[in-house]
Amino acid sequence: MKFENPAISLQNVTKTFGEHTVLNNLNFDIPKNKITTILGFSGAGKSTLLKHILGVIKPTSGKVIVLGQDLAELDEYQKREFRRNFGMLFQYAALFDSMTTIENVAFPLKEFSKLTLSEISEKSQHLLTAVGLKSESFNKLPSELSGGMRKRVGLARALALSPHIMLYDEPTTGLDPITTKMVNDLIVETAEVNKENGLTTVIISHDVRATLEISDYVAFLDRGRIVEYLPVDQFKKSEHPLVKEFLRL
Amino acid sequence: MLTKDGIIKSIKHGFIEWVESIGASINESVKGLGNIVLFTVNFFYWVFKRPFRLHLLVDQLFFIGNKSILIILLAGSFTGMVFATQTYFGFKLINVDSLVGAITAIGLAKELAPVLTGLIVAGRAGSAMAAQIGTMKVTEQVDALEVMGINSIQYLAVPRIVAGTIAVPMLSAIFLYIGNVGSYLVGTTSLMIDEAIFFSKLSEFMHVADIWQGIIKATVFGFVISVIGTYFGFQVEKGAEGVGRGTNLAVIWGMISVLILDYFLTVVLVRIL
Ligand SMILES: Nc1ncnc2c1ncn2[C@@H]1O[C@H](COP(=O)(O)OP(=O)(O)O)[C@@H](O)[C@H]1O
Ligand SMILES: [Mg+2]
Repeated sequence: MKFENPAISLQNVTKTFGEHTVLNNLNFDIPKNKITTILGFSGAGKSTLLKHILGVIKPTSGKVIVLGQDLAELDEYQKREFRRNFGMLFQYAALFDSMTTIENVAFPLKEFSKLTLSEISEKSQHLLTAVGLKSESFNKLPSELSGGMRKRVGLARALALSPHIMLYDEPTTGLDPITTKMVNDLIVETAEVNKENGLTTVIISHDVRATLEISDYVAFLDRGRIVEYLPVDQFKKSEHPLVKEFLRL
Repeated sequence: MLTKDGIIKSIKHGFIEWVESIGASINESVKGLGNIVLFTVNFFYWVFKRPFRLHLLVDQLFFIGNKSILIILLAGSFTGMVFATQTYFGFKLINVDSLVGAITAIGLAKELAPVLTGLIVAGRAGSAMAAQIGTMKVTEQVDALEVMGINSIQYLAVPRIVAGTIAVPMLSAIFLYIGNVGSYLVGTTSLMIDEAIFFSKLSEFMHVADIWQGIIKATVFGFVISVIGTYFGFQVEKGAEGVGRGTNLAVIWGMISVLILDYFLTVVLVRIL
């Protein structure tokens, strides 16, 4: 599928590790201000794809263009600056375990914003409240929080610098149905609330059921190729044998 | 069947396998050494780059100090006491027991304080560095830093390595001081050496160069231990044994490096100081 002015555009991207081709001549656009999910079996190359979007690894050949910027044109320093366009929620939240909840959220603000300490504190509290955390948890350590709460904090931290692109790595994999629903609601709500600033959502997952409910577009990655990429309603009716097999899981 | 040929064959085969395994482990070691050199170069690149996060450095200084200080005090005082006692019974045979304080002080300054401090810090702080960074690696906290655009070497390794390089000579100085206190107490009380002679011999035979030798050694040890500790932290890969393995390697290689470097530093330093 082609989009006018996509948020992310991969053009003829190939990535090989030694002999092993992980991404195989990918051509793939992700539209702005939508929720796009990339599905695929484990080992399909989803995480590798994500790292290309973030500019953490370089393609062996081809171009990665994010928000109109060809990542290959950025030097190491500019690439790091550029990464502030992204927010990422990790599978297990990846909170800094030596910091309290609120320190985790304040961290990117302290590192990168010009706000004063009291403004940072205020903003962090606001961000945590927005993802549904109660103030009694603000000074707890990550180890004292439940998995679901940690995800909320991770999301608040990811949103601290108002990213243009939110990346979710396996947001619902391994969660119980209630927490899954909670995380899904959070993703949708985050996308809605930040729509006017422009927030593109990219989810990589192999949890079909949870992600189909909330996606606008779904791509299916298999052995380094996008074998199906459709609006969610059409994706559900896909005739592609692998996709059909995957949807039955 | 245990035929003669069979036995010879299996010995041959075993020998070849043994040689191959040595070859492979040398290969691995060379690769590891190359990586650690690269890592060190990376450290020198990032240590001079802004932002300088002084609060992280201070945190690490306190961390290393807290982890090691009690053991340093204990090991230092007893090492001084033992050393004084042993030299006393040797020296008494040739009637130079008045030199016990001086010899103990020199031995502590040049060798025992830096080396034992190095071994203790490798076991306590070097291993903790590997464990902390390794845990951050497997729980994707290192990735989280990188995604925010923060260089993880600069954020995690630089403050630890700088702190280790500063802390070990300081701890070694404490070891030296407390060791001498131990030697003085044992010498003047249980060994009945005259206090005035103890001190006059000390100032006669001990030189500033001896202290410098220890400080330089301790500084090098502190640097190497922290490079090794942080390096093995970053080497940790996801998986059950990951963090524990990294911690072990940090301790083993930290200690071995201290002992090996001690020899080479001694060879160089006795000439130039
Ligand atoms: N740094 C790397 N070096 C070598 N092979 C890699 C590396 N990263 C990923 N791979 C390989 O690429 C393939 C896809 O991995 P990945 O992108 O993690 O898949 P997914 O996230 O879809 O499970 C796997 O076979 C993996 O072994
Ligand atoms: Mg993956």
